Amino acid sequence: MKLIFEKSVEGRSCSILPPCDVPAAELPTALARDKAPDLPRLCENDISRHYTQLARRTRGVNGGFYPLGSCTMKYNPKVNEVAAALPGFTDVHPLQPAHTVQGCLEVLALAEQYLCEITGMDAMTFQPAAGAHGEYTGLLLIKAYHEHRGDAARTKIIVPDSAHGTNPASAAMAGFSVVNVPSAPNGCVDLEKLREAVGPDTAGLMLTNPNTVGLFDENILEITRIIHEAGGLNYYDGANLNAVMGVARPGDMGFDVVHLNLHKTFSTPHGGGGPGSGPVGCKELLRPFLPKESVAQGPDGYALEDQPCSVGRVKEFYGNFLVVVKALAYIITLGREGIPQAAKHAVLNANYMMECLKDLYDMAYDARCMHEFVMDLGRLKGETGVSAMDIAKGLLDNGIHPPTMYFPLIVHEALMVEPTETESKETIDEAVEVLRRLYSQAQEDPESLHQAPVTTVVRRLDEVGAARHPKLIFPQ
Amino acid sequence: MGSYLPHTPEERAAMLQKVGCSTLEELFAGLPEEVVLRRPLNIPEGQAELAVRRRMEELAAKNTVFPAVFRGAGAYRHYIPAIVGSVTSKEDFVTAYTPYQAEISQGVLQSIFEYQTMICRLTGMDVSNASIYDGASAAGEAAAMCRERNRTKMLVSAAAHPHVIETLRTYCHGAGAPLEVVPARDGRTDLEALRDMMGPDVAGVYLAQPNYYGLLEDAEEAARIAHEGGAKFVMGVNPIAAAILKTPADCGADVAVGEGQPLGMPLSFGGPYLGFMACKAAMTRRLPGRIVGETTDVEGKRAYVLTLQAREQHIRREKASSNVCSNQALCALTASVYMAAMGPDGIQEAARQSMAKAHYLAEGLGKISGFGLRHEGPFFHEFVTGCPVDPEKLMSALEAKGILGGLPLPEGGILWCATEMNTKAQMDLVIETAKEVAGA
Repeated sequence: MKLIFEKSVEGRSCSILPPCDVPAAELPTALARDKAPDLPRLCENDISRHYTQLARRTRGVNGGFYPLGSCTMKYNPKVNEVAAALPGFTDVHPLQPAHTVQGCLEVLALAEQYLCEITGMDAMTFQPAAGAHGEYTGLLLIKAYHEHRGDAARTKIIVPDSAHGTNPASAAMAGFSVVNVPSAPNGCVDLEKLREAVGPDTAGLMLTNPNTVGLFDENILEITRIIHEAGGLNYYDGANLNAVMGVARPGDMGFDVVHLNLHKTFSTPHGGGGPGSGPVGCKELLRPFLPKESVAQGPDGYALEDQPCSVGRVKEFYGNFLVVVKALAYIITLGREGIPQAAKHAVLNANYMMECLKDLYDMAYDARCMHEFVMDLGRLKGETGVSAMDIAKGLLDNGIHPPTMYFPLIVHEALMVEPTETESKETIDEAVEVLRRLYSQAQEDPESLHQAPVTTVVRRLDEVGAARHPKLIFPQ
Repeated sequence: MGSYLPHTPEERAAMLQKVGCSTLEELFAGLPEEVVLRRPLNIPEGQAELAVRRRMEELAAKNTVFPAVFRGAGAYRHYIPAIVGSVTSKEDFVTAYTPYQAEISQGVLQSIFEYQTMICRLTGMDVSNASIYDGASAAGEAAAMCRERNRTKMLVSAAAHPHVIETLRTYCHGAGAPLEVVPARDGRTDLEALRDMMGPDVAGVYLAQPNYYGLLEDAEEAARIAHEGGAKFVMGVNPIAAAILKTPADCGADVAVGEGQPLGMPLSFGGPYLGFMACKAAMTRRLPGRIVGETTDVEGKRAYVLTLQAREQHIRREKASSNVCSNQALCALTASVYMAAMGPDGIQEAARQSMAKAHYLAEGLGKISGFGLRHEGPFFHEFVTGCPVDPEKLMSALEAKGILGGLPLPEGGILWCATEMNTKAQMDLVIETAKEVAGA
């Protein structure tokens, strides 16, 4: 398909702006660019068709089953989109006086109240724009907490080897050094190794629970106690909260600070990679360090105020506000019964799907899973040469978005499957049937899976060539 | 309660039976007793769609939508062509994840490749990433790109947006890198002071063009000073202004960043916006975030894929160039459609009209006693005037006429902004109101 630049025709344009009703202003020549930016010249129909074609070549969760592990690709409700498109939210300047933005501030206040209740936290900031941005912010809170106490020795963040890559990357950005602790054979934290890792230099621990292999760490209270006794704080990576929201709360597990991915757990769409929203909740002891401008209720309604020892600002304004609007609409829809019901059905769907596959596919951990499970295709690869990648590409030919591949790193031929609660039994049954058929195909005709996909608009790509000889823009 | 669950009671029972449980709660039997919440959440009962919609409309109605906006300061109300919303509300774009599976994601990958190209054509730079959270975090990430082992200090102009300075300070503090503010003189970066502050420990210099006060800076000279001192030059640019101003590349920038919101995104109480980031080819592998590249498939067909992933957190973990994972992809798409709809002439027209209107307003206000322009020299679409009375008095008078006035600055004066959205009639009303309030 042609690039938009290849469709450009000299002399073509859309008519958008009426003539200017005031005299032109002179721009000094020394400050002016010599020619207009070489953007495409198109009429509106050209643009409309171009993007319609691109949309057809894009797979969203609206297009079918999307069991991408750790990403919680649940259905994105439409009433959320309608709410976020209300002019009362979209046409509001971030620097309007407080009395003219009481609705926006109430959205943030309600979202804070509800999400604090769901996580067991005392305060929350909505400034972080995504999960990793939230991690970074949460770690800055931990850093500020130790600095404020005059404890400069706490420079290390402990991260299990099963963690999301963002965890160690965020810790490094926040100026910590990272201590990786290996997982026990059951996929959970190895308590002995954790005890060996902690000390007077421990600033904190970052943990996902349920963890990235889909298991709820039954030693969670012991884990958070070990860290607390060593003087560190516990950070909860909320990527997997969908499994336990309304059932168990990070705040009751011993966590001091959490980030949430509203674009996972709270049903806001991923937009092809963003915008997300990564609010950070914390216990009272970390509140004084929250980023600038949190919402507070005063005598004249809601207002924005700064915490006394704020870590500063991590973003220009108050975060991806419209994403918070969507998440709030979702929470109001589900309410106190619906939130735990969603978690329970997410866990039901994952266990059901795992149960329907485990006689054929090896499961990395033979235990009841939470919202996701990890298949280990090591044996299949050894027997047939068909890898996790090949099965994933085979799924593409069957209209199913593949699970997360090769993650977590502690399972070598991993496929991580997260069906989410909004998928029906028949959707899961169909996916199970496809996966079982691919298993047989791997035994009978492995070459056909090395060739997959064959029905997509392009086939397997030369990724090595793309990185070795980067072509990152269309040349002029 | 509202729900998006498809399960019928019969299906649920059959599924529970398959997994060997009799109730949903049994699925959680492995959780330690002490962490299980034994009470209902203390949040309201769920609601059906119509009730939710009413509730959200009620909240939105508590905000004031001003028919006329003369406030910018980092968020700008420009016209958004109708095609923009039509494209960006397409469900496939809205509900897709990051395009890890390239074969079924060519549409979103191509759109990012096109976005990267447009940003490079706008800024004159060689390489762009797929976006970052916003202009301020883009500046924070750019500072990290400049740092070397022995050069860690970042210098930021006092005439940059205060929120950008604060965000840079947070990012630098996180990394344990020093940050110093270069003073401003008469509203512009004091380049003599910058020269004096350069040293062997300076990694980068950040300057905004136009700056926070709307003034146009001598970016070329700032770049020269930075480079002579062995540092990188990071230029924060307004993308609409960039359509008519000398490009960051021509000014000598190593990294160009900015707040992409003016490219088709509504004000939205501050987000989601778009951080754009582009750099010289030599710095490609330091660029954070997703980058899409062109390649071929096994049949030789042109295709697009996420590339240079060896920089990224999921591969490099604590050694990654950044922790960025989710970005602002849909906002990048918004910017692309905006730039396609405006075209080279249209985006320049938006810039020229914004500039013309700001100058008309500045001239009108400047004639009123006490409202003189605070700074001399060329400006784009923002400017600072004095205010002979309590600015809040003027703001209230304007508010009563449906006008959001300029931003009263803590140091005194008002920062005004005009764009192509503002009509001559609106501006005359602002000028008239200012006269009334000033008693002139």
